[in-house]
Amino acid sequence: MCGPDTPELAEAAAEGGADLLELGFPFSDPLADGPVIRRAAERALAQGMRTGACLETLAATRARLPETPLVPMTYSSLLEAYGWERFADDARAAGATSLIIVDLPADERADLRRIQLVAPTSTDKRIRLAGERTDGWLYLVTLTGTTGARDGLSPTLAGLVERARTATKLPLYAGFGISTPEQARAAAELADGVVVGTSALEAAERGPAALRDYVKSLRTALDAAAVPA
Amino acid sequence: MLSGTGPESPVPTAASGGGGAGLRPAGADAGQGREGTYGEYGGRFVPETLIPALDELETGWREAKDDDSFRDELDRLGRDYGGRPTPLTLAERFAPGKRLYLKREDLLHTGAHKLNNALGQALLARRLGKQRIVAETGAGQHGVAAATVCARFGFECVVYMGAEDMRRQRPNVERMRLLGAEVRPVEFGTRTLKEATSEAIRDWIATVETTHYLIGSCVGPHPYPEIVRELQAVIGHEAREQILQAEGHLPEVAVACVGGGSNAIGLFAGFLADDVRLVGVEAGGAASLGTGRTAVLHGSRSSVLADEDGQVLDAESISAGLDYPGSGPEHAFLRDSGRAEYATATDDEALAAFRRLARTEGILPALEPAHALARVAELDEEVVLLCLSGRGDKDLEEVLSR
Ligand SMILES: Cc1ncc(COP(=O)(O)O)c(C=O)c1O
Repeated sequence: MCGPDTPELAEAAAEGGADLLELGFPFSDPLADGPVIRRAAERALAQGMRTGACLETLAATRARLPETPLVPMTYSSLLEAYGWERFADDARAAGATSLIIVDLPADERADLRRIQLVAPTSTDKRIRLAGERTDGWLYLVTLTGTTGARDGLSPTLAGLVERARTATKLPLYAGFGISTPEQARAAAELADGVVVGTSALEAAERGPAALRDYVKSLRTALDAAAVPA
Repeated sequence: MLSGTGPESPVPTAASGGGGAGLRPAGADAGQGREGTYGEYGGRFVPETLIPALDELETGWREAKDDDSFRDELDRLGRDYGGRPTPLTLAERFAPGKRLYLKREDLLHTGAHKLNNALGQALLARRLGKQRIVAETGAGQHGVAAATVCARFGFECVVYMGAEDMRRQRPNVERMRLLGAEVRPVEFGTRTLKEATSEAIRDWIATVETTHYLIGSCVGPHPYPEIVRELQAVIGHEAREQILQAEGHLPEVAVACVGGGSNAIGLFAGFLADDVRLVGVEAGGAASLGTGRTAVLHGSRSSVLADEDGQVLDAESISAGLDYPGSGPEHAFLRDSGRAEYATATDDEALAAFRRLARTEGILPALEPAHALARVAELDEEVVLLCLSGRGDKDLEEVLSR
């Protein structure tokens, strides 16, 4: 979640071995998020992290990390207010590699280039559509639910990966509900990468060193995972 | 009643599809472009997880609307269970010099218009094979209607309600519990309808395979605004016939309060194609149509109380049912097109109208329609039709404390 410490935290995550970083641009009513990310958004908004400040945070992060892909993750209302094209342009100018808009399914705003999400409930047809329209990689929502840590890896991920493989040749990154190194490793044996939100955010709240260590624990687990067939 | 002879003038719907006498056929284009949109408003701004369920709901709705047995069952329930048609009452002492007709949705079973929508969606949920219903509520009237139909049809029922609303609408919390529903308090953010709606949607995201989301107003992602409007259109269609009978002509103006906008759109639906002025009344501190801007809230693009960054602002109203920063996309469209106008009433004006209706007519209105009542005196027109959307029992504590 964007905040004053984001550039430093991003650097720590990269040092820990993150290949890509999502930066949350907070929204007041984040429907896809569980309590941890929702509360983080509330705090960020209370600190004045509006669209302009988030874009500045993105640019400052880019200045520290010239190579790491950076992806703003947000909700439609921010783009509606800022201007959809203008948001995409300004985010790119500030160093964004792509965008994730959680409440913008593939058939809305087809012209806006972004990373598409698919879920276990998605039909094959929708997975194909998302695969055709996605920007670089496809985000697999591992479970039917909102963001937040879970006890185990979602059993629906395997089927989703299988369906997505027939729909696209692009890399598949799995997210939602992944928090422990064991879960990350199990997910990485199916998908091409894992996305960790809630637990990374909790680690970040304990500071850059804690975040670096946490990411490193995930990195180690992933490097030990068998590469997906 | 849903069947029977209604006006033949077509009314707009968000998408094409047939319909019976109560569920009106699509016809005159209100300017909707793409499926599920009203001009630039509406759409589906929800996580991908929900899209297949919304597609399924849309298909199920189209089939149900065209199915005689669905319409017959809904008509029968509305009549034998709900008490439709609700009467039209001339309120001469409240509005001297005018012919003010109150459409008495307060006399519907459970005490508000919300039952019209809940009954229809319950039949739809049963058709779709769902076992569980999740709903949000503000004033508690929609929660009570949801709990009622769940008891009647044997669904498990979970209602999300803001903690502040649980305090100020306590009788309805108790009613829901007696009806067998689980009421889950929402303790963060505004602790009112906005947050309750978000939590209901989050629940639905996690339970979508077994659960129907029974939304309480003409808001949310497509096809909800259309479904709710069609299920509430019975208000306008009945009132149209009744006032023609009573006055021999149509009203000059039709007035209703607007929270999300469902009782208003239901009333307006009977008169959109006529030369009848349409006025919606919002709470002064929740004037999403009056002072809002285009933003995305709860799955659709509409006129919302939001700041210049698209962050949704808190609404503020004595009336829990109007205390919502959004409004249905069709209302935003009707406002832009000039077909309907939207005014506001303050808390104090609503309270004064509440007291006046009680003393002059012997009717305790809910605080929501009291906002509409507050604007009647200054209307230029003589023949006024007003939707008395609910009764005031739930509000006694709030009114007595002021
Ligand atoms: C009696 C009554 N009227 C009106 C409303 C506002 O809803 P809507 O604008 O959808 O009719 C409510 C909402 O709880 C209500 O209980």
